[in-house]
Amino acid sequence: MIWLTWRQFRVNALVVYAALLAVVAALALTGPHLADVYDQSASTFLDWIATRRLDQSLYVVGTVGGFVVPALIGAFWGAPMIARELEAGTHRLAWSQTVTRDRWLATKLGLGLVGASTAGAVLGLATTWWAHPVDKAVGARTDSDVSSIFQVARLSPQLFASRGVAPIGYAALAFVIGVLAGAVIRRTVPAMAVTLAAYVVIQIVMPNFVRPHLATPVDTSTKIAAGSIHGIMGRGPDGPIERIDVGSAHPGAWVLTNQTVDANGATVHSFGKWVTDCLGPPPGTDKGSQTDAAQKQACYDRLASEGYRQHLSYQPAGSYWALQWRETGVLLAGAALLCGACFWRVRRLS
Amino acid sequence: MNAVISTAGLGKRYRRRWALTDCTLDVPAGKVVGLVGPNGAGKTTLLSMAVGMLAPTTGTIEVLGGRPASGPEQLAKVGYVAQDTPTYTGLTVDEHLRLGAALNPRWDDAVARDRIRRLGVDPAQRAGRLSGGQRAQLALTLGIAKRPELLVLDEPVASLDPLARREFLQDLMEAVAEHEMSVVLSSHLVSDLERVCDHLIVLVDSRVQVAGDIDDLLATHHRLTGPRRDPETLPADQQVISASHTDRQSTLLVRTEAPVLDPAWSVDQLGLEDLVLAYMSGARDVARDERPAFEVLS
Repeated sequence: MIWLTWRQFRVNALVVYAALLAVVAALALTGPHLADVYDQSASTFLDWIATRRLDQSLYVVGTVGGFVVPALIGAFWGAPMIARELEAGTHRLAWSQTVTRDRWLATKLGLGLVGASTAGAVLGLATTWWAHPVDKAVGARTDSDVSSIFQVARLSPQLFASRGVAPIGYAALAFVIGVLAGAVIRRTVPAMAVTLAAYVVIQIVMPNFVRPHLATPVDTSTKIAAGSIHGIMGRGPDGPIERIDVGSAHPGAWVLTNQTVDANGATVHSFGKWVTDCLGPPPGTDKGSQTDAAQKQACYDRLASEGYRQHLSYQPAGSYWALQWRETGVLLAGAALLCGACFWRVRRLS
Repeated sequence: MNAVISTAGLGKRYRRRWALTDCTLDVPAGKVVGLVGPNGAGKTTLLSMAVGMLAPTTGTIEVLGGRPASGPEQLAKVGYVAQDTPTYTGLTVDEHLRLGAALNPRWDDAVARDRIRRLGVDPAQRAGRLSGGQRAQLALTLGIAKRPELLVLDEPVASLDPLARREFLQDLMEAVAEHEMSVVLSSHLVSDLERVCDHLIVLVDSRVQVAGDIDDLLATHHRLTGPRRDPETLPADQQVISASHTDRQSTLLVRTEAPVLDPAWSVDQLGLEDLVLAYMSGARDVARDERPAFEVLS
């Protein structure tokens, strides 16, 4: 049974692994140089890498690949695995050999899951190894500006799912989704489309609704001090100001909530126009700096005296691997559940 | 009777449509049994349940004393050549034999190789590039080399041209003679079955209309032609299957164990095809009579 499954699966498997191999080879060739440069001058590393076009491309390829490869595995390995047999009627040939349906499905799922998890592990860990100097440099930054991809912390949703061990979980889950979709829909192409849609939904649900709760976030409440305001958001140039963002002083952290609370502890949704003074004059306008400094200080004093505090909730950088393992666990548990659904479905197929 | 397939009150529903209802029949062992009936009679559904592709909605089915596809032992005993004889298009003929060998403990590789060699098919050829007849032969080879006790074939020749059809059935007969196994073969063409079967089951609307060894069926059915006469006046041992009348003449198709002695009749032997068609149209007439008769005058 393993031989037959491998015989049917090998072309799809080899295509994905060939692409992976190319990416891993490129990472392996360039990775040691990055580490050397970092060791020599860690403080200027991010400025240096920002000038390296090839390394930037590899960084993007590794990151995007971490998101795309599980989708491809789900659509091109998972979805056709049963749907193609049902379309061609060959399941009736397979099931009339001396092989139970359970064994037939278990072999398919087993081989596919091993292949998918391996692909996820190779890509996730290769990218993590390659990007290790970048992650260290980003983790050591003190300002929280994010103006290039080399300033994004690995804990942020843009990077998290494509690094570490998480791709193992995503690849395995996407594969099983594909198999189940194929068994339920019985047609390959619609099953592929459904698989991709389901994968996108999971990629939206995980960072927004699941990951924040996988470890207890750190909650802080601080006075809004001079210079800490990072941005002010209002509706239109003359509309009410609705939000104040304060820069996080925690490098590499993933900020979940960043909101102002009033003296009663309630979230503030509307501020007076005066809070714009805290930011000082917009750049490029020509005003006396003395009066502005006084104005700014008055603004901060007023925020403090009226009892405004900034509430920050974040996952600290140190929670990275705990979150990685837990998220992978959640995804693998989901995959196991859907495997059960596959067995249930295949027993009812004809 | 020693039955390879035995069903009682068997039924299968697809969503809201019943494909088979309350079907009770026995398929005798050690024979080549033809299952014949019009399209939609439930032949494929019945055979699918016999090999465990489908689970019954109602009733029971027992195959070789076990529940279909209940485990490897049961699967090993039953061979199945599905409708349209599916094969893996991307796999070569040789790889099909390899999968048969890997997946069947009783696999007879010598028989399989020998059959492929006699067919003159290149083992390195992909199954997708075989002709319809060769593909059917490959599927049959897998079924035979598995060495089952019962081989079930669902319309195996339906899509073949007359020559390929004849070769396929001839090969099947040879295999049956060589390896002792029971065979159930479905078709809606009596001529296909007449060539290979020694037992016939006529299935119309899930009901067995007639079942028996073909020789017995032919010996006990007669066409009687004579002056017009009410079928009710026939001797009690003559069962009328169908009757047609002109103003002066009656043509009756009767089943009887005893010889027909009435000199008023001219008695003819009946072909198997006529016999089966008489039962099929008889069943259809019954169905029609159950509806309100709008066409009394016609």
